[in-house]
Amino acid sequence: MLELSILFPSVLNGLTSGAVYALIALGLTLIYGVLHIINFAHGALLMIALYGVYFLNQKLGLDPYASLPVMVPAMFVLGYGLQRFVIGRASHGKDENIILVTLGLAIVIENLALYLWRSDTRTIETAYTFATVNILGAMISVPKVAAFAGALVVGAILLLLLAKTDLGRAIRAIAKERHGAKLVGIDVEHVFAMSFGIGLACLGAAACFLLPAYYVSPQVGNGFILIAFTIVVLGGMGSFAGALAGGFIIGVVESVGGLWLGESLGQIGIFLIFITVLLFRPQGLFGARA
Amino acid sequence: MKDLIALIVFGIVVAALPLFVSSGFALNIVIMTLYAALLGQAWNILGGFGGQFSFGHAVFFGTGAYAAAVLQVKFGWNAWAALPAAVALGAAVGAFVGALSFRYGLRGSYFALVTLAFAEVFRILSNTFEFTGAGVGLMIPLTESAANFQFTSRTGFLYVILGFTLAACAVTWWLKHSRYGAWLQAVRDNEESAAALGVNVFRVKLGAIMISGALMSAGGVFYVQYFHYIDPHIAYGPGISIEALLAPIVGGMGTLFGPLLGAAALHLFGELTRNFMGDEPGISLIVYGLLLVIMVTFLPRGIMGLASGPSGAARQAGRPRA
Repeated sequence: MLELSILFPSVLNGLTSGAVYALIALGLTLIYGVLHIINFAHGALLMIALYGVYFLNQKLGLDPYASLPVMVPAMFVLGYGLQRFVIGRASHGKDENIILVTLGLAIVIENLALYLWRSDTRTIETAYTFATVNILGAMISVPKVAAFAGALVVGAILLLLLAKTDLGRAIRAIAKERHGAKLVGIDVEHVFAMSFGIGLACLGAAACFLLPAYYVSPQVGNGFILIAFTIVVLGGMGSFAGALAGGFIIGVVESVGGLWLGESLGQIGIFLIFITVLLFRPQGLFGARA
Repeated sequence: MKDLIALIVFGIVVAALPLFVSSGFALNIVIMTLYAALLGQAWNILGGFGGQFSFGHAVFFGTGAYAAAVLQVKFGWNAWAALPAAVALGAAVGAFVGALSFRYGLRGSYFALVTLAFAEVFRILSNTFEFTGAGVGLMIPLTESAANFQFTSRTGFLYVILGFTLAACAVTWWLKHSRYGAWLQAVRDNEESAAALGVNVFRVKLGAIMISGALMSAGGVFYVQYFHYIDPHIAYGPGISIEALLAPIVGGMGTLFGPLLGAAALHLFGELTRNFMGDEPGISLIVYGLLLVIMVTFLPRGIMGLASGPSGAARQAGRPRA
């Protein structure tokens, strides 16, 4: 049996990774909730955001956390444009077309990065990269604690935005009843693009919190995309509370699973959860029946 | 009947190619195009005729490839004996994935996701266990002879892959003209209506994924015999899954010749871009990704859609009788 002294830090570590996963999944679940499509380009777009943070740091000497006010709007604009001018146009009213287009975008973005920046793994050095704090005897790295807090803040902002603003009301209206929303005068195409933009803005924030303790390479998104899918499916497609809870669950499963089965096989736990949930409870823990 | 004749003519023309073409480079292109057409046709049966878009068809390809490699390397089987076993295993994996996902009514994005996840699980498993050579992969010992499914010239490989591809096309032809195929297309067009008319939706979809899986794993066996090597990333990575779905989408989903046309167009295009832009990493896949986006946006019915007129009704009216 595992010692509590090993298990406890492992669970804490899982919770902090889970917070960043949750942030990535929040964007994915927002896009799904509104557009009813799965954005297969989500991982590739996260990779783009990570490169953004990396280059801001290398070329301008910007601290990853100071990049937040740059990366979040930049990713928002990218998302708005992508949905408005590329993805939206390709749909022809069929969801199957959209998933193919997002898959195509993922391939293009990932290989463009490979072409431009080669497959080198890049990291940044900050004063706090290797700093740790002591939480009840467990040593947790400072960037991970910051990511944990940041994810909670972003999640809270997103929930407020959806609950209190006109845009939030329009998004919820479209998620529930697309045609009805159109009939009462909501500009559906605009709200679609706004949702996609906000979904990508979450990735911008996630990238800023992730990079101090992580790395970037053209393939880095692949590692996250199935994890984010798993979280969204586990929490229930379109559910924010589900995405947050799912993120923490998956983070802990990965961390404890890795401890128990080793790094490579630990990932299996995530996919087994993914497949099990998809098969037996596709609506997820918090979601309505899809 | 016209399409069957066209298929036979196609087979004869390709079979006659080695009489006129002796360049190994040219024959290799023909072989790789036929191989891509085989993968595309396998995907087309489930995706184009059944309407179930799989993003993880590598799960069948890799199973076929590993079955052939493991049976030869670890159990000393002859490659020809391993072929039917690998194909059967591909169908079995298809039955497994299909039974699980179709029983719970997964479709659309959910089905695409679950296939992606299965491919990933298989990739991690094959990367972990010594039985499949783990991360190093498996190397087939070189014993060139037709009896070992390792031909000394490319011509032998050409005939084998031509046979596989024609078999896949024959199955597709049968789907177009049989009652079962009509059920499958009815399920694609409207699952509820099909069920209301008495079609057993679950069994029809299960049959399609098993056929598709069997053909896909034949492609995997061919890959192993042609390149003598397989590793987890080649077998179960996303590359093969994308290659499989690209040919029918470019050529025309749900058509008999779409995957053939698509595979030929893609290879021609691939060679062209390689000539113009060199072999920089990523270039060919950038082009493939762009093609996917452009085709879905502007030509959702593929190259075949250009030929068969603007409306689906016209295509239906022009359908030849069995």
